[in-house]
Amino acid sequence: MTENGDAIPLVRLEAVNKHFGDLHVLRDIDLTVDRGEVLVVIGPSGGGKSTLCRTINRLETIDSGTIYFEGRPLPAEGAALARLRSEVGMVFQSFNLFAHKTILENVTLGPTKVLRKPRQEAEKRAMELLERVGIASQAQKYPAQLSGGQQQRTAIARALAMNPKMILFDEPTSALDPEMVQEVLDVMIGLARDGMTMVVVTHEMGFARRAAHRVVFMADGQIVEQNTPDEFFTNARTDRAKDFLSKILTH
Amino acid sequence: MDELIRYAPDLARGFAVNMQLALASAVLSLILGTVLVAMRVSPTPVLRAAGAAYVNIVRNTPLTLLLAFCALGLSDKMGLVFSQNPSTNGFLLVTMGLSLYTATFVCEALRAGINTVPFGQAEAARAIGLTFSQSLRLIILPQAFRAVIAPLGSVMIAMIKNTTVAVAAGYLADVAFAMKDTFDKTGVSIPIFIGIALAFMAVVLPIGLFTGWLSRKLAVAR
Repeated sequence: MTENGDAIPLVRLEAVNKHFGDLHVLRDIDLTVDRGEVLVVIGPSGGGKSTLCRTINRLETIDSGTIYFEGRPLPAEGAALARLRSEVGMVFQSFNLFAHKTILENVTLGPTKVLRKPRQEAEKRAMELLERVGIASQAQKYPAQLSGGQQQRTAIARALAMNPKMILFDEPTSALDPEMVQEVLDVMIGLARDGMTMVVVTHEMGFARRAAHRVVFMADGQIVEQNTPDEFFTNARTDRAKDFLSKILTH
Repeated sequence: MDELIRYAPDLARGFAVNMQLALASAVLSLILGTVLVAMRVSPTPVLRAAGAAYVNIVRNTPLTLLLAFCALGLSDKMGLVFSQNPSTNGFLLVTMGLSLYTATFVCEALRAGINTVPFGQAEAARAIGLTFSQSLRLIILPQAFRAVIAPLGSVMIAMIKNTTVAVAAGYLADVAFAMKDTFDKTGVSIPIFIGIALAFMAVVLPIGLFTGWLSRKLAVAR
């Protein structure tokens, strides 16, 4: 950890607002993410969860407020923004693996083209990561030849290959067939145990209970409530959260 | 039939010129077309506007007019001379005009190809820290090219046939000129018409078949 690495939160959002036309998707969002923290964002669809997640690496711009990464405002564009994005991994709902590249190439592209690592070194590391997520045997295949779960695990390996300071997960299991959800969650739980800083937008309450340090409940563009998973799931304070939980936890 | 056989060497020399024009223009128009499409999708408004203006002006100008402009306007009037040898200069002027013209069609074909690449591909590229030009070069254009190999083949086929208007630039060496020259001596000959048409078909048909095959082979599975 660097000099004051513990004192400054890794990410801080301050009075962040964002509109899509007339829709006010983020309303005065204040939020911090500490190093090593696993933060799970839950809430009803259309509540601004994904947008919040995507503002942190500036895939979405914001209308007002400030987002700090390691104490510095996010760069607006250019090489500085590219550098920031190389330090913040992202895993998408629809995987977004590069369709014309093999699994191995998907994982080595960032390290060789952005970090300028030698190919051999990048490939060695990529194979280790693919091993870790359980798809080393598929390295020479193309994304379309893999199942959704395997593709998403590749996407996680691709993010890890950049040695990111944190990883954003934007509904990583929402596009998966039910039988493939667990294999992806298992990889994510492993990452959480290893101390990776993670912001996870998800509907998987089981993952939130097992891996999250903090649950953030968002609705209508606002952070309505945040708490430890235990407290949140057993003792939600707001009616909005209680109502949401009653709808998803009845079975 | 006799006149076709008798003048075949002259006609073949002319046809070879058409093929040289086509080859040079293919290379140049693919390069320039790629540059143009990069401009048209770039985040810089000035580049986008310049690319759009170029494509809309050049694509909508008749090729004969464009070639005449290259020879009479740019070269004779404004002094753009590539070579002191008139034949070489003519060849290069036609190549320039044809490449400038064909590049607009290459650009628009590629732009259609870019539209087939899902937006998530560009987002993922940005998310790992690739710059705009890297993501265009490494992620977007390779997929766009594969999506439009067949239409690009059609653009190339049109370009090959367009080499026969080289006369418009005052360049008197291609097969269309050789044909007219022959007719001046022998009178109009149907076999010569047919012979030249078959020669073009012999070149163009395989290109159509090859690009069709290649586009299936290289198609990106999603």
